Amino acid sequence: MSFEALKRDSDKRWLDLTTGSKPWIRVSSAMCCGTSLESDSIVSEIVNYSEKNKIPINIDTVGCHGICYAGPIIDILYKGQPRIFWGNVTRDNVIKILDNYIKNDEVLTDNLLGTLGDRFIKGIKKIGDLPGMSLQNRIALRNSGNIAFNDIYQYIANGGFEGLHKAVTKMSSDEVISEVKDSGLRGRGGAAFPTGLKWSFMANSKGVKYILCNCEEGDPGAYNDKGILESDPYTLIEGMAIAGYATKSTNGYVFIRHGHDDPIDRTKEAIQQAYDNGLLGNNIFGSDFSFDIEVSLTGDSYVAGEETALMESVEGLSARPRSRPPFPAAYGVWGHPSTINNVKSLAYVSEIIRNGSEWFKSIGTESSSGTAIVCLSGDILHPGMYEVEMGISIEDVVKKIGGGIPDGRSLKMLQTGGPLGGVLGPDSLKVKIDFDEMAKAGAILGSGGIIIVDDRTCAVDLTKSLVAFCQYESCGKCFPCRLGMTHLLEIVEKISRGKGNLTDLDLMNKIGRNMQAGSLCGHGQLGYNPISSALKHFQKDFESCMDGNCPTGSCNERQIVFPENTRPNSWQTIKGN
Amino acid sequence: MKNINNEQILNILKNQDHTTVTILSSLLSVQDEIGYLPKNAISSIADFMNVTTNDVWGVASYYLNFRFNPPGQHTIEICWGPSCHIRGASKLQSSVLEKLKLKNQGDTSDGKFTLKFNTCLGACPQAPMISIDHKLSGKMNSSKLLKMLDKLN
Repeated sequence: MSFEALKRDSDKRWLDLTTGSKPWIRVSSAMCCGTSLESDSIVSEIVNYSEKNKIPINIDTVGCHGICYAGPIIDILYKGQPRIFWGNVTRDNVIKILDNYIKNDEVLTDNLLGTLGDRFIKGIKKIGDLPGMSLQNRIALRNSGNIAFNDIYQYIANGGFEGLHKAVTKMSSDEVISEVKDSGLRGRGGAAFPTGLKWSFMANSKGVKYILCNCEEGDPGAYNDKGILESDPYTLIEGMAIAGYATKSTNGYVFIRHGHDDPIDRTKEAIQQAYDNGLLGNNIFGSDFSFDIEVSLTGDSYVAGEETALMESVEGLSARPRSRPPFPAAYGVWGHPSTINNVKSLAYVSEIIRNGSEWFKSIGTESSSGTAIVCLSGDILHPGMYEVEMGISIEDVVKKIGGGIPDGRSLKMLQTGGPLGGVLGPDSLKVKIDFDEMAKAGAILGSGGIIIVDDRTCAVDLTKSLVAFCQYESCGKCFPCRLGMTHLLEIVEKISRGKGNLTDLDLMNKIGRNMQAGSLCGHGQLGYNPISSALKHFQKDFESCMDGNCPTGSCNERQIVFPENTRPNSWQTIKGN
Repeated sequence: MKNINNEQILNILKNQDHTTVTILSSLLSVQDEIGYLPKNAISSIADFMNVTTNDVWGVASYYLNFRFNPPGQHTIEICWGPSCHIRGASKLQSSVLEKLKLKNQGDTSDGKFTLKFNTCLGACPQAPMISIDHKLSGKMNSSKLLKMLDKLN
């Protein structure tokens, strides 16, 4: 089928869904809603209800709306009315909501979030006015919560694969690279390297080449990569295919940690649908461009998200970083040129090609165009995954979108950019979300996770948990990181037990400097970050703890039980056959 | 312990659901299917991939998810990453350890439970997170968790 015919077909299906006679019910089902809050059982309740009452419906499970505090969310589109949303829906109250609306046109106000659409219903607020929604500008998450994650036609009806079609049929590879360069798109994985420039390193090499999409995402506090794959895996697939076309690559791997079943299964299904519709595979759109994508699973290892460790893992080896040079663009997976992009970076690409670089550049700030997907967690009223325009202040994100600190507490610390990022004080609220502004303030935007910590937590306690994470996840290949992290954890733990003295701070500084100079990858190089940034803002907490007076008592209250290694010493000593 | 013969393992390896077959994909497939890596899986994978047993053991002992004896009937995972830590994960750890009479992560002697401390279960808005038999539950507290464990008994 030609792309035009595919598009016509998809548009027709979309029209049936949105203007047909049956109510269209969408149930959010991503990581939090799906497995933790049981949206699956809500779906089966609705299906039972429809069968029992012989009420024909269209029902889809969709991805994440971002306002995780309100999940699971259902919405109904019916009889030309706007979409009406209810939050915190359970198996017990969902039928009452449906029954009243479908049979009696009555909108129950319990759990009601609001309406979405051009039209509105008198007396019901619009969901766009919710603080968590009005400040969002959703590009990478444009379809998230709106289309079924397992229906490629809904994606195509919403402009999907137009970017790939435009790139392959109307543009040369170099033009695609220039377009992405001009858009100012920078990598969303942490290093903020310009995506177009990264691609251009690959342009001149020949033969088998790989596009690797990094969805390892082991950062506590960040879940936006998995969020995209769960909500709209097609945007990633399209972005990867465009990256493949631009760099003249032949194969793509989506790299995910095993065990995250929803993102894995949904991505696999989406890839299969793309193949079935001729959007992946040989001679895409009748051109001589062919591209294959498969999912590559890794085991539990945080360092596997480091680009060279990722390549080792794709090859099926232990995820330990390689030394550079040679860089991946010259010598990557199995020695072939490779480019590694984060899920979020690739999720923007299709829209950049479809709407042009000027459009993307007009969003955000001078040095950081576009949006950032921030994940709020910790002591915050409205935790969730929000896509905001670059340039918004952290204060707006925490207070307006996140709703501030609950329980009458006050903000004490912010932890950004994953465990290797920095610990910030409340004075950082005025800092803007922007790669360079945040770097200037001693923080990294990194993967977009922001952990908000209130005044019940001691800085030593938070630092201990960050350092413990980094120590536990050190791959052990190079000794500055392996020994350094262990030594740092010993010292921080000692301080949290009310021991230690000021010379320990000097010792930590020395260890940290050596780790930075001597480690092979970012894990060791940045491993001292949590401590140095915490000391910068909260040295007093460290000094009090040394004297045995933890300022909040949290060091005594929260004793982490560090996981012990329980594996046998060698494979010969494994019991059994 | 139920014996898993080499033929069964070879079958798993041949039918694995991975397009690119590697040492890691083979290990993941065996563990997914059997629940752990029996001793003969290491040598079978070595033969299958045409590498040495040390190569296979190197990968198997690197990733933290692989285990080498059968898991308990129920696997309980508690996240101790920073997001969950500040929301009270350590209390969950200590109450479950006490309940299961364990000193650290591991298996109970009656083979009923496997306790695992995980660094990130990936649903931080609902912290603290736990998972029982791969099903996540969020906003957890000790009494809720202990009740869930009682139900499993």
